[in-house]
Amino acid sequence: MEAAYENGLNLKATELRLGLPGTDNESEPQTSSPCVQNNNKRSSSEMDTEKQESVAPPPKTQVVGWPPVRSYRKNVLQQQNNPESDGSGMFVKVSMDGAPYLRKIDLKFYNNYFDLLKALENMFKCNIGVYSEREGYNGSEFVPTYEDKDGDWMLVGDVPWDMFTTSCKRLRIMKGSEAKGLGCCNL
Amino acid sequence: MGYSFPEEALEHVLWFLSSDRDRNSVSLVCKSWYEIERWCRRRVFVGNCYAVTPEIVIRRFPEVRALEMKGKPHFADFNLVPEGWGAYVYPWISAMSVAYPWLEEIKLKRMVVTDESLELISKSFKNFRVLVLSSCEGFTTDGLASIAANCSNLRELDLRESEVEDLSGHWLSHFPDSYTSLVSLNMSCLGSEVSFSALERLVARCPNLRTLRLNRAVPLEKLPNLLRRAPQLVELGTGAYSAEIRSDIYSNLAEAFSFCKQLKGLSGFWDAVPAYLPAMNSVCSGLTSLNLSYATIQCPDLTKLVSQCHSLQRLWVLDYIEDSGLEALSASCKDLQELRVFPSDPFGAEPNVFLTEQGLVSVSEGCPKLQSVLYFCRQMTNAALITIAKNRPNMIRFRLCIIEPQVPDYLTLEPLDTGFGAIVKSCKELRRLSMSGLLTDRVFDYIGTHAKKLEMLSIAFAGDSDLGLHHVLSGCDSLRKLEIRDCPFGDKALLANAAKLETMRSLWMSSCSVSYGACKLLGQKMPRLNVEVIDERGPPDSRPESCPVEKLYVYRTVGGRRIDMPGYVWTMDEDSTIEFS
Repeated sequence: MEAAYENGLNLKATELRLGLPGTDNESEPQTSSPCVQNNNKRSSSEMDTEKQESVAPPPKTQVVGWPPVRSYRKNVLQQQNNPESDGSGMFVKVSMDGAPYLRKIDLKFYNNYFDLLKALENMFKCNIGVYSEREGYNGSEFVPTYEDKDGDWMLVGDVPWDMFTTSCKRLRIMKGSEAKGLGCCNL
Repeated sequence: MGYSFPEEALEHVLWFLSSDRDRNSVSLVCKSWYEIERWCRRRVFVGNCYAVTPEIVIRRFPEVRALEMKGKPHFADFNLVPEGWGAYVYPWISAMSVAYPWLEEIKLKRMVVTDESLELISKSFKNFRVLVLSSCEGFTTDGLASIAANCSNLRELDLRESEVEDLSGHWLSHFPDSYTSLVSLNMSCLGSEVSFSALERLVARCPNLRTLRLNRAVPLEKLPNLLRRAPQLVELGTGAYSAEIRSDIYSNLAEAFSFCKQLKGLSGFWDAVPAYLPAMNSVCSGLTSLNLSYATIQCPDLTKLVSQCHSLQRLWVLDYIEDSGLEALSASCKDLQELRVFPSDPFGAEPNVFLTEQGLVSVSEGCPKLQSVLYFCRQMTNAALITIAKNRPNMIRFRLCIIEPQVPDYLTLEPLDTGFGAIVKSCKELRRLSMSGLLTDRVFDYIGTHAKKLEMLSIAFAGDSDLGLHHVLSGCDSLRKLEIRDCPFGDKALLANAAKLETMRSLWMSSCSVSYGACKLLGQKMPRLNVEVIDERGPPDSRPESCPVEKLYVYRTVGGRRIDMPGYVWTMDEDSTIEFS
C-alpha cells in the first residue's frame, strides 16, 4: 500500500479519513476479526513469480454471478445442453393406486432413479423400497411402474435413466401385491 | 425593460425539445422559464427510482404523459442483489393514478411490479398506450389479463426478459374482440401456451401490428398462419424453431416469410433445427437485426445464415459461430454496428467451441461501423486488444468477458493492462466498458487518464490497491455508474473521492474491502447520498468497525433515505456514530 505515496499521491492530505484528527495511524483491517477478507492483493514482485509457478489449480467452485450470464439465459442453455431435452419440460402424470388425485412431475428435474423415487415417496407418503435387477421391488409395499412409448407397462429401473426419461409417458405406483406380474421372478 | 417574451412562444419552442438535458438547461435560465418548462414536460426519466420520490416528481411536473424508470442495480442481473431488496413500483403507480389520469406510457427496468400495480394501471389511465417491463418481476399472467381486458387504447405490451409467474396462457384471450390497436407485443419470456386461435384473431384484427415476439410455446408449423395475417410485420420473434422435417411445413413457412416484405428484425429461434433455416432466405437480405442467441445451431449453418444478411446492423449469437463464422460475418456484413457473442457453455471447464480473440479481431477489421461489443471468450491477448483499438476508434460500448477470472494474456502471461489501455486511449468516445482477465492498478491509471467520456464501468477481480479505484474516481469526468465486485478496493479511495459520488448516479461495491466504519463516515459526511450497506450476516454493529461490508450501494438522492428496506440493508445516516478504537 505504501506504493500509493511514492507516486506523489498523498491520500493522507484528504479531508475524509478514518482515525482521530491529528493521528497518523490508519486502522488496518484486522486479519483475526470474524469477518470475511476478500483481498486479491498482489504486490508487483509476486506477479513476476506468478507465471513461473506450475501449481495445480484448486478445484473450481462456482462463484456467484460469474461469468455474468443472466438466469433466463442460463436456464435455456442448461435445457439445451442436455442432449435428451426438447426444451419444453418432461411432464408426466403420476397415479397411485388408492389415491384420489393424479400428480404431475417434470422428469427433467431429476438426475437419477434415486432422486425420482425419493421424490415420489415424499409426494405420496408411501414406501417404495429398493430396486434390484433380479427381483424388481419384491417385498415393497408400493411398486413404481411406467407406460413407455410402445404402450407397454414397465418396471421403473429396468432401463438406463436417460432411456427411461425419453420413453416414459406416464407413471403408476402400484400396490406391491398387484405388481408381481412385472417382476423378473414370474410365477 | 421593454417587453417580455410571451409565454406561449416559449412553450411552442419547448415543444420541440425532447432531450431531458436540454429541458433541464432551459429550466435553469430563470424562474419564469423554469415554470413554463415544468408545465409542459411530458416525459420523465428516473434513472434510479430511489433518487427521487413520486411526490417530488409530481409536484414539479404536473402534466406528465410518459414515465421511464429503473430500479435495481445492474448486478441484480447476476444474482448479486438478494431477494426482496426493493424497487417496488406500486407507490409510483398509486401516486400517479391520482396525479396523472392522462398517463400514456410506463417503461420500467429491473423493478418489482405486482398484479395489483398492473390492475391499478389498467383501471386508472384511460388513454394508456405503452407498457414496457424490462427485466421486471413480481407479477403473474393474471396481471397481464387486467391490462389486456381494460386498456382499450393499448399500443405496446413488451415484457422483455421479465420473470413472470405463468399461471396460464389465458390472459391473451382477455383482449376484447373490439380491441384493434396493438402495434407491438413481446411475450417471449412467457412459458405457457396461449390459445392459438385467440392469438390468430388478435393478429388478424390489428392492422397496425409491427412487432410480434412470440414465446417458445408457439409451434413452428403454426407460424405461417400468423405471418399471413400480418405481412406488414417489421419485427418478428419466432417460437420454437423446430418441427418434424416435412416438406409441406417447410414450403408453407418459406412462402409465408416471402410475404413479409417489411421484415427488418428476427429473434426467437429456440431449439432451432438447421433444416428450417433456409425457409427464411427471402427475408435475409433485408434484415438489420438478428438475435440467434437461443439458437444452438452449429458453425457451418450459422455461417451460411449470417453471410446472407448483408444489411445486418445488429447480431446477437452464441459462440457456436466460432472464429470462422465471425470472419465470414466481417466479410459479408459491412453495416454491422453491434455484436454480442454469448457463451454456450459458460460453466464448462474446457472450451467447447473454437472461438478465440481472433474472431473479435476479424470483425473489428472488417466492419467499419462496429461500435458496440459484448464478447464472451476464454482467452485474450494484449496484441488483440491493441489491434481492435486501432481498427475501431469509433467504439462506444466495449464489454469483454473472459470466462475464467484473472486470466492473463495467454501468449505473454502479462496482465491485460496495456490492451485495455489501448482501448480507452484510442476510443475517445467510449461510453461503456466492462473488463475481465488479469488487471493491475495500471489499467485504472490508463482509464482515469484517457476515458473522459466513459459513463459506465464494470470491474471484477481486478486491481491491486486503492490506487486503482482512486484513478477511476478522480479521472473519469463523465462517470455515472460504477460497479465493482471482488476487488481489493477499500476505504481510502472511497473517502478521498466522496464528493465525486454526488456527480454519479450510483456506485456498487461487493466483496471488496470497504469497512463498516468508512461506510458510516461516508453516510455522515454526505447527506445527499444514500449509503446502503447490504449484509446478510446480520447487523454490521455486531462486527468490528474495521470489518469489510459484504456489499455497498451508494447513490445520490433528493428523496432522503429509503423506507422500504429489507432486514439486510442498513442506511448510513447523518446520525451514525463512529467509535474510534
